[in-house]
Amino acid sequence: MKSFLRQLKEGILDNNPTLVQLLGMCPTLATTTSVQNALGMGLAATAVLIFSNLFVSLLRKFIPKQVRIAAYIVIISGFVTMVELLMKAYLNSLYQSLGIFIPLIVVNCIILARAEAFASKNKPLPSAIDGLSMGLGFTFALLLVSTVREIIGNGTFCGISLFGEGYAPALLLVMPAGAFLTLGCVIAAVQKIRNMGEDKARMEKLSQVEPESTEKEETV
Amino acid sequence: MSFTDILLLMFSAILVENFIFAKFYGCCPFLGVSEKPDTALGMGMAVTFVMTLSGAATWAVYHFLLEPFGLEYLKTVAFILVIAALVQFIEMFLRKFIPALYASLGIYLPLITTNCAVLSAALLAIQNEYNFISAVAFGFSSALGFTLAIVVFAGVRGKMEFADPPRAFKGFPITLIAAGLLAMAFAGFSGIKL
Repeated sequence: MKSFLRQLKEGILDNNPTLVQLLGMCPTLATTTSVQNALGMGLAATAVLIFSNLFVSLLRKFIPKQVRIAAYIVIISGFVTMVELLMKAYLNSLYQSLGIFIPLIVVNCIILARAEAFASKNKPLPSAIDGLSMGLGFTFALLLVSTVREIIGNGTFCGISLFGEGYAPALLLVMPAGAFLTLGCVIAAVQKIRNMGEDKARMEKLSQVEPESTEKEETV
Repeated sequence: MSFTDILLLMFSAILVENFIFAKFYGCCPFLGVSEKPDTALGMGMAVTFVMTLSGAATWAVYHFLLEPFGLEYLKTVAFILVIAALVQFIEMFLRKFIPALYASLGIYLPLITTNCAVLSAALLAIQNEYNFISAVAFGFSSALGFTLAIVVFAGVRGKMEFADPPRAFKGFPITLIAAGLLAMAFAGFSGIKL
């Protein structure tokens, strides 16, 4: 249970696939025009991540090293096709608005990176949990970016109008340029927080070292 | 489709519906391999090469293999395998017969399998029901648009080395902001309706 929570924290915060590892930029830029789209994309990718990690891990002893990338891609594209068909059947409006980005989950670098870096070296259960936590981290990043873009660029949140009739939305943010600008600012904010954390740790280290050195000076 | 239709399609794929700045296909290599103009050009050329050929190959696979057997739903799996095999084949072919070209493009080729621009060009050509010639023209011109974007952006990033952004913006964030400004410039083309 403890390791489960640690893996979850690692995926969502410390080692977030989008905001820290900077993987999977295409869907992050393209599907964050509204919170609903972002949530749909994030959860679809999470489902694929969990199952592809699980199966890559189960098959890790049978897949020869030389053809492993091709094998992973076949596993991943199989699950992407399943998710695509399920969404087409049960969530058709979401499927229509995400369009081609559902099949493009196949080439999302996060999924291949986790298969190669984690699932191919670990047991099935931790691999599935890794898929879940990385997927939720990806979803969290998408929600962050899409919230900013939808509120400022459209004046709504999840389709609910926030500021009434008088608000003139900054359309730039829902345009392609706005995607790059918003994601840049969000990642800058994340870097700011990480810098502050690092600075704090360094200051603590210094303050731990300092008293010793002053004591030494006194003894000398 | 007449000749003018194909020209219009190519013009629109290069500028108006630019793969990077309007559609976000292939952003990973766009942000990753755009530090220097010459590597960016190498990547762009490798992508152009693969996308033109894969446009033809995936069209043929879809219409001669998947459609007759009613297997359209397998197109994602089939296309990614075709692209992976094609990239591998191009790599072996170039190494054996055109070593000079292999020396300049070789290192970019393995990266292209997981470049979403290639897969999306193949899927879009099917979705828009292009015929064979326009599918190939679409793949070629979309890749040209990608090359244009990545080379221009590499030039911008070269200038950025001399800039001193705030600490939090150093590295990736300022790169994204620069891409955003470039996307605004490309948005100027979106007013053109063809």
